[in-house]
Amino acid sequence: MCTYQTELLEVAGSGKGPGGEWLRVTDASVYVDHPVHAMAGHTLNVDLRNPAQGPAARVALELHPDAARLLAEAILRSLDAVPEAVLAAG
Amino acid sequence: MTYDAILAETVTITGHGGDPLEAYSARPLDSGSRGGMVVIHHMPGYDSATKEITRTFAVHGYNAVCPNLYWREAPGAAPDDAAATARAQGGVPDERLVGDVHGAMLYLDSLGNSNGKVATIGYCSGGRQSWLANGSLSLAAAVVCYGAFIVGETPEGMPARPPLGHLAATQSGPVLGLWGNDDKYPTPEQVDEIEALLKDAGKPYEFHRYDGAGHAFFSVDRPSYRPETAVDAWDKIWAFLDAHLAG
Repeated sequence: MCTYQTELLEVAGSGKGPGGEWLRVTDASVYVDHPVHAMAGHTLNVDLRNPAQGPAARVALELHPDAARLLAEAILRSLDAVPEAVLAAG
Repeated sequence: MTYDAILAETVTITGHGGDPLEAYSARPLDSGSRGGMVVIHHMPGYDSATKEITRTFAVHGYNAVCPNLYWREAPGAAPDDAAATARAQGGVPDERLVGDVHGAMLYLDSLGNSNGKVATIGYCSGGRQSWLANGSLSLAAAVVCYGAFIVGETPEGMPARPPLGHLAATQSGPVLGLWGNDDKYPTPEQVDEIEALLKDAGKPYEFHRYDGAGHAFFSVDRPSYRPETAVDAWDKIWAFLDAHLAG
């Protein structure tokens, strides 16, 4: 099914996008729905976007739900493992 | 040898609110009188698989057009990028969808070989929209392929889609419903509910439910594809259109 579900958030950072070019990303969409490319019925999809640069300014991920959970946990573990001062320093 | 040429091309149609919309048109080039199909793409967008479906209708003798429902949000973008942009902006409002399908109908009516009849077909979210269009416009028929959220509550955490069960009473053309019994959205019970609504409203319909198939069984490029089901369901579509759209 098409879930229509979408989490939207503002982000700051960079991603490697179309044509292997880096781009600043300002917005993220997170949702579970049909993938475009992954061989699965539904995946956890992340679009890191820069709408000011147009629809093609996008880094897209389509992950199996189990892989998405492992990745999310790894991200949180990585952030937690670093002293607060390092993160605060930017 | 039968002359079987078709012309497939990108055209501009006039959508909801007078907006110019990109659309993919495919039509037979012979001199026969032809019914028209509006192909409503699924949520992943105006993609190559949907364009292939549009050409398939032309090969089978129908004028077909698929409006790019995300053209306003992302003109000229790749289908997946356009879908991502449209999704982030809230998706396609129901009122706009009806206006865009109406624009597609006018395009089909304007073709010199039109027989004056137009039907819709949609898959997944487009299945819901095919039902929406048939309940809002004057169509010759509608094909609904596993449309979710025609009836039933949207699950918690998901933005509510307006339920459309009440449109059973205004379905303008006969409805062909194609459903997978392993589908969760809609469940077989929800398909029963849709069928009951049509029956109560006295509307002509034809439902086919397939064991061993779930959502998106027509999608040849996805693991949900079920060849035996899809082949049979295509045959059901051709018979249905022959009865209600051809000539």
